[in-house]
Amino acid sequence: MTALSRLLSSFPFRVTLAYMGVFVLAAVLIVSFIAWRANELLTTKVIETLSAEVVGLREQFQTGGPARLRAVVAERAAEPGSALYLLVDDTGRKVAGNLNAIPQALSTPGKGDVFSYTRTFEGNGGARRLAVGVPVAVPGGYTLVVGRDIEDQRQFADTMWQVALWSVGLLSLLGIGAGLLISRIVLTRIDTVSEASRKIMAGDLTRRIPLAGSGDELDRLSESLNAMLGRIEELMAALREVSDNIAHDLKTPLTRLRNRAEAALRSQDDSASYRDGLSKTIEEADELIRTFNSLLLIARLEAGAVAETMTPVDPAAVIADVAELYEPVAEQAGLHLEVSTCEGLQIIANRELVSQAVANLVDNAIKYSTGSKGTQLAVRIGLDRAGETVEITVADSGPGIAPNDRPRALQRFVRLEKSRSQPGSGLGLSLVAAVARLHGGSIRLEDNAPGLKAVLVLPAAAVKTQAEPLATATAS
Amino acid sequence: MRVLVVEDDRETAQFLQRSLRESGHAADIAGDGETGLAMARDDKYDVLIVDRMLPRRDGLSVVQTLRGEGAHTPVLILSALGEVDDRVKGLRAGGDDYLTKPYAYSELLARVEALARRPAPEEQTTRYTVGDLALDRLSHKVTRGGEPILLQPREFRLLEYLMRHAGQVVTRTMLLENVWDYHFDPQTNVIDVHISRLRSKIDKGFAKPLLHTVRGAGYMIRDGSE
Repeated sequence: MTALSRLLSSFPFRVTLAYMGVFVLAAVLIVSFIAWRANELLTTKVIETLSAEVVGLREQFQTGGPARLRAVVAERAAEPGSALYLLVDDTGRKVAGNLNAIPQALSTPGKGDVFSYTRTFEGNGGARRLAVGVPVAVPGGYTLVVGRDIEDQRQFADTMWQVALWSVGLLSLLGIGAGLLISRIVLTRIDTVSEASRKIMAGDLTRRIPLAGSGDELDRLSESLNAMLGRIEELMAALREVSDNIAHDLKTPLTRLRNRAEAALRSQDDSASYRDGLSKTIEEADELIRTFNSLLLIARLEAGAVAETMTPVDPAAVIADVAELYEPVAEQAGLHLEVSTCEGLQIIANRELVSQAVANLVDNAIKYSTGSKGTQLAVRIGLDRAGETVEITVADSGPGIAPNDRPRALQRFVRLEKSRSQPGSGLGLSLVAAVARLHGGSIRLEDNAPGLKAVLVLPAAAVKTQAEPLATATAS
Repeated sequence: MRVLVVEDDRETAQFLQRSLRESGHAADIAGDGETGLAMARDDKYDVLIVDRMLPRRDGLSVVQTLRGEGAHTPVLILSALGEVDDRVKGLRAGGDDYLTKPYAYSELLARVEALARRPAPEEQTTRYTVGDLALDRLSHKVTRGGEPILLQPREFRLLEYLMRHAGQVVTRTMLLENVWDYHFDPQTNVIDVHISRLRSKIDKGFAKPLLHTVRGAGYMIRDGSE
């Protein structure tokens, strides 16, 4: 597309054109109406004047008879100017005046109208001119026509018309010019945006759309686009980080898996080592699948795709069930599992996901408590109401997490150095964080002195039961 | 038992067919939804294994159509989609069990056998016995050799599930789903510890153990003399 055709097909230009079209049409209509009205008014005025003159001439006839009328008409007709007269007798013969015959338009006596005639007396070659006249019947069979030449008036109107047409033409030209100019300005700015977008699409995600600095709607649009680009860049960075982490944490077990299979294949021995190699391979594969499932689940949760499965859930029941599931494992690890919950709380949640989050926290607590041997270690699971939220606390007396490491511990795949030796994908806490976010809550890591206290904060739901005084206070 | 495998991936289907035959079952393969539906209508199968995503007619629609026609053949739905709502959709369509890919064959076999031998609702008894172990579902009493055994509520449900599937392999996941109603993976071997606790209550002090560990698969409650 050429630059001009782009300009002509641009939106501002088309708007200008449409606007101008409407404007010109309106102007033509208004001017025409005014011209028509003015013309009609003038004609009426002239006819009134002529009627007054007719009255005067009739008086002349009454006082002096036909001869006097003829003399007066002849006298007035001889005067130069725009006055027109004609007096004919009953045979239709011209008696006096400066018109040759009664014009067709004035055949009805008493009814004035516009007519055209050929002027002969000023030696202009008999040009047809426009006039207004009134015919009257005079006693004695005479017909008198009194008229006024309005050719000058018509010429003036013509000139006005020409001026009007020229003005409209000029306005149109100016309008097109202005349209082109506006289009050019807007196009240039939009081109800047498109150009920047193209460069960004080509891979330069750090680029931003330049602002004109005027704060107008195009600048505001650019600002929104820039904000969007910022968000995309953030997400891309997060994605890259995740894929780096996946590459790292999935490649290691994949390599192990491959090595094991290769070693089994190389071994010269009996089928026993094959079996061993294969079963180890399956174990590794299962571990990989587990990591993969967790990753997928976190991704799904962060996309917010399971919101429709939310139901009212009693957090105390969730905790009791999870504690019941883990109690034998804790006991086996020499830990005491303490549960303290309170009744009458409710959250709107996916029971399965919240259970899994609490299970992950308890699992971690048991895992890390076993590391340090002490007298009667305990894992405490608590449930409290804090304002509009419900707090599920899982506290252990293990090594804990240093304050600066806590934010990192919630990220995907992050396994703090101390925990490298422990089995696990490093996704446990980030899954808890994702579950919390999905439910509009959060996860807090605190010092349990010694140990770690993980607090899962979820928004409390109003309980509908009448029996609970706590519920009636918050049910509004 | 006759199994129909409705699965479009040839290799997976053949692996399942071979494995099921090795386990002593007859297995046929249908490569797409329409064929699967037509074959399932023959009504000669004890269990259908239906993949969710199939060419020509998707798995859920196959199951829905069969159920609409009044067929009661148990269906195990296989799917790569494993989220909570996917499972709910699968079961709502008329599936009896839902297994997420990738799965261990032992898991699939255990579930297929459990489905095939699932008693009809009217056949469910109130009393299960395995050897000299007896469980009464109404009075919640468990006895071994006439001696009462005290169980926690969850242990009772665990034993009840195992005894309902006596002689069949029951996997850890099946226990987690049916006894605890959890569909996630608790990472640690929580189920094993529950089982060993239960075992110490029902088998300890008796010459013949009833609760067996099936290596690489799960658990089975069985009277050795059967």
